[in-house]
Amino acid sequence: MIEFGYNIAKDRQIDFDKNDKRISTYVRENEPSFKTCISCGTCTATCSAANFTDFNFRKLQLMVRRGETLEVKEEIKKCMLCGKCYLACPRGVNTRNVIIQINQAIEKIENHDI
Amino acid sequence: MIFDPFVLPFTIGLLILFFIVFYKFGGWIRKFSSEDKSNLKKALFSKNLFVACKEIFYESLLHRKIFRVNPKLGYMHMSLAFGWFLLIVVGNIETRIHSGREINGPFYPIFFKFFEHNRSTIPFSNFFVFLMDLLLLFVMTGVVLAIFKRFYSKFFGMKSTTKLKIGDKFALYSLWFIFPLRYLAESLSSAVYNTGGFFTGTTGDILGSFLPAADIYYYFWWAYSLALGVFFVSLPFSRYMHIPTEVVLIFIRNAGVVASKQYNTLSEIEVNACPRCGICIDKCQLNTSLDNKKIQPAYFLRDVRFNQVKEEIATDCMLCGRCEEYCPVGIKLNNIRVAKRKDFAVDYIDNYKYLPPDEVAKADVIYFAGCMTHLTPSIKHSMTKILDTAKVSYWFMDEDGSVCCGRPLMMNGKDKMAAELIENNKRKILASGAKIFVTSCPICLKVFGEEYNLGIRVMHHSQYLLQLVKENKLKLNLTDNNIVYHDPCELGRGAGIYEEPRELIKRFNNLVSNEFEKENALCCGGSLGNTKMSHDQRNIIAKDVVLQLTSDNPDILATACPLCKKSFTYKSSVKVMDIAEIVANSISQTEPEKIISRKEALMNA
Amino acid sequence: MNKKVVVIGGGIAGMESSAHLAALGYEVTLLEKTDKLGGHLLNWEKLFPTMRMGKEVVTFLNEGVEKGKVNVIYNAEILNTKEIMNGFSITLNNNIVLESDAILVTTGYDLFDASKKEEYGFGIYDNVITSAELEEKFMKGEKITTSDGKIPKRIGFVHCVGSRDEKVGNTYCSKVCCVTAVKQSIEIKEHLPETDVYCFYMDLRMYGMHFEALYRESQEKWGVNFVRGRLSEACENMDGSILVKVEDTLAGKPMKMSVDLLVLMVGFEPSLGTKKVGKILNLQFGVNRFFKTQDQHTLTNVSNVKGIFFAGSCTGPKTITNTITDARAAASTIANYLSGHDIHNRIMTSDIKATV
Repeated sequence: MIEFGYNIAKDRQIDFDKNDKRISTYVRENEPSFKTCISCGTCTATCSAANFTDFNFRKLQLMVRRGETLEVKEEIKKCMLCGKCYLACPRGVNTRNVIIQINQAIEKIENHDI
Repeated sequence: MIFDPFVLPFTIGLLILFFIVFYKFGGWIRKFSSEDKSNLKKALFSKNLFVACKEIFYESLLHRKIFRVNPKLGYMHMSLAFGWFLLIVVGNIETRIHSGREINGPFYPIFFKFFEHNRSTIPFSNFFVFLMDLLLLFVMTGVVLAIFKRFYSKFFGMKSTTKLKIGDKFALYSLWFIFPLRYLAESLSSAVYNTGGFFTGTTGDILGSFLPAADIYYYFWWAYSLALGVFFVSLPFSRYMHIPTEVVLIFIRNAGVVASKQYNTLSEIEVNACPRCGICIDKCQLNTSLDNKKIQPAYFLRDVRFNQVKEEIATDCMLCGRCEEYCPVGIKLNNIRVAKRKDFAVDYIDNYKYLPPDEVAKADVIYFAGCMTHLTPSIKHSMTKILDTAKVSYWFMDEDGSVCCGRPLMMNGKDKMAAELIENNKRKILASGAKIFVTSCPICLKVFGEEYNLGIRVMHHSQYLLQLVKENKLKLNLTDNNIVYHDPCELGRGAGIYEEPRELIKRFNNLVSNEFEKENALCCGGSLGNTKMSHDQRNIIAKDVVLQLTSDNPDILATACPLCKKSFTYKSSVKVMDIAEIVANSISQTEPEKIISRKEALMNA
Repeated sequence: MNKKVVVIGGGIAGMESSAHLAALGYEVTLLEKTDKLGGHLLNWEKLFPTMRMGKEVVTFLNEGVEKGKVNVIYNAEILNTKEIMNGFSITLNNNIVLESDAILVTTGYDLFDASKKEEYGFGIYDNVITSAELEEKFMKGEKITTSDGKIPKRIGFVHCVGSRDEKVGNTYCSKVCCVTAVKQSIEIKEHLPETDVYCFYMDLRMYGMHFEALYRESQEKWGVNFVRGRLSEACENMDGSILVKVEDTLAGKPMKMSVDLLVLMVGFEPSLGTKKVGKILNLQFGVNRFFKTQDQHTLTNVSNVKGIFFAGSCTGPKTITNTITDARAAASTIANYLSGHDIHNRIMTSDIKATV
């Protein structure tokens, strides 16, 4: 097999120790309800965007919490901020602010603020 | 020349004030667009100027709008502003008549009683002495009320009064001292020279009986002048900047300069015109239900003015518009709030390429339920039933899921993202050839009406249902239900639709009125405008509102917004219904065989 | 003279505790607001996890009440109560006045009103029913059909309707719905072997003895399907079937599925009687609006008012087994109290002992 020197396959496992948890920390601080998600999937089921495209807010939150943040920036743009997920969430997670805070965390990381 | 060194603090202060104020005004005028500038020029030489002057008289001097909301507070503001204004005007007339000169030193009328002791040389002296004393008394009542208010705001029916910054403190305390010092200075002078009337003269007699008036009165004139000087110098750096700014604002508005979605010069003038009277604090449910006294316009605009806006303050507002409704200066508060949110918003382009190719149906009427309505299916279910019954040719545009109208994004300062959604929906609406666009969601209504430029009628379902009833396309049964109607913020204050839903209810049911209705309606707490509030906080607000609305034990709590319905349902022991459900439930079933539902039609086809 | 105890509420807890109090030698009066003893149990045909008949348990409870010569007052409503010397005086409708040395409150629960969870379509779409309505069909031996009389090809069960949901104000788990859904799924399969059954759940809470076995049986023997995802909404298809929207969280994708009948597993709420009686007797309510017991571990039947005790689901959702156990525990707690042991202060003393 030819060695390219890097691996184009996706990581086999979540390397939690190495992963970048800055977004997670930032969102936890600025929107504490982020911590109470139980991954029931109601948000994704009701999501206006997910009705048209591959967008999974529950998974996105989970990935942020695990530090798997590579795709988050592009993914999160799909949200229309309509608020259905907030209305449906049984845990009262302030989903719209979670989106906004993830946005801001990414911007702050890019500007080297956090 | 009449002069004494004690007039210097006043005179210098006044000059500094004029310099700073005109510098600021000049800056603002320069920043206006050329179109706005020409509007302003035109307004200077048109009847607009008189309209503006009339408004300035009513609002800046008489404070008519504050009177309407809170008469005691109105009197306080009026006595200070109008009283002081009259003191200046009458004082000037008095000195002109006396001196025979058109132009006098600016300090001459202010300290007239210091310079002129011989009453016999003053024409109509008794009249002027009486009038000036009366005016001074008038102003003094305002000062006493103002001091009283700072320590005991409940007297004014206000639960809170604004907190102060340094500049405000200088200005406020010097303002408190100005008129008491003038009163003492004039009284003591009167004790020596008998220049006073019923107010200062009497006081002077009393003071003179135990004080060495002749030795001390001079120092009180100094103190009076100093208080004026300090007030004038601190004014531009304090909330009292609102006094000159409001005058300019009224003129500019009358000249036809309108607010835009961006934070611009007009916004800056509005921000400076805020007197921080605190009416917004009392009207804000985040204060009354949640005891949050940090985010109200009085504070938010102050932060804007001093460039200290924080994201958590800008976004912690429901945009319900209650503050704006009652703002005595008429500042477009929601506009400024949303504009300022743009400073924090991350706004991308090209986000929604995933939206599928348009699928459009031709119809006369478009029904757009809106995202939230999908979570209150009884509303959309009622609407389809009604439209089928009335045999309307309609297209249920978002039956299989909505593309959001864009409003929630705009409320959070994301205009570019919203524009993409607007473009998508607009294309479909226009392609359908519909003449009327009906939505169940007042949040959508506003953006479809104001941002889409569709060129067709945009209606809320309460308006459309009334039209169907008036056109006899719907026959409804009378009920004896007592119904209290809750005005959704976006439908009432947002779009001015108060009467249609009420007329619809009144035709077939008993409408119960409530203290918190129409312009004074409360927000249900479900607002999409606020991204900061927790679920618990929203619940507290909803519960408070439900208690107010159901105080007369109505049979039904009606509303016309899916979010309001959702907010109330779990908090109310009274049944909560959308106006569409009420209409659908009372459709007269006299000719059921003739109604072919859309479902059946499609099944047959 | 025997000491007297008044028990408020003739459901499972009230009946079993009355029987035990009577056996202990007290003069017991049982107040029931309807004209029948048995409470919610009367509406359940078969019971999880053994599938035994509910009426067998009712018979067992009735026997206890009869043998103990419990004075049962039907159609009773409490108007007011007074504290008198070492006890209470209770005024009922019909002007009956009762005196008692202790009161046991067993006012139970009501089922969540599913129409408040509007997005699930109950009360809007004909083919959305509640678990209680399904049980009623079993009870009456009715055929399980859709609203237009057809045999459903696919049935969905929605767990946690009105439970574990901050939006409806009920944050607690109702404990019995998961296993009830499994039980009812099996019964559906017994009646309609050709029908597919899908359960939509957030977490399956099979904590009780034999619950896990029943869950396994439902899969192994009956082929019931489980989807881990909470429904966001349901709408009606053209043919009257129900389209549910859910995320299959294990597959990581949103899923749409049509079912011919959708059953909502409605949870527990404090009953109207619990709220009323609590107000009359000045009893404390906990955060979940059920009665608050004075200690989570040790004073599980003790209220904030001396001489008033709790049993059953008025303090929180309970299975039938737990309710019966709790009723007996309450009876012995009352015996302890009436023998002069200061049970209210026992916890205090042990606290102090622990700290010393």
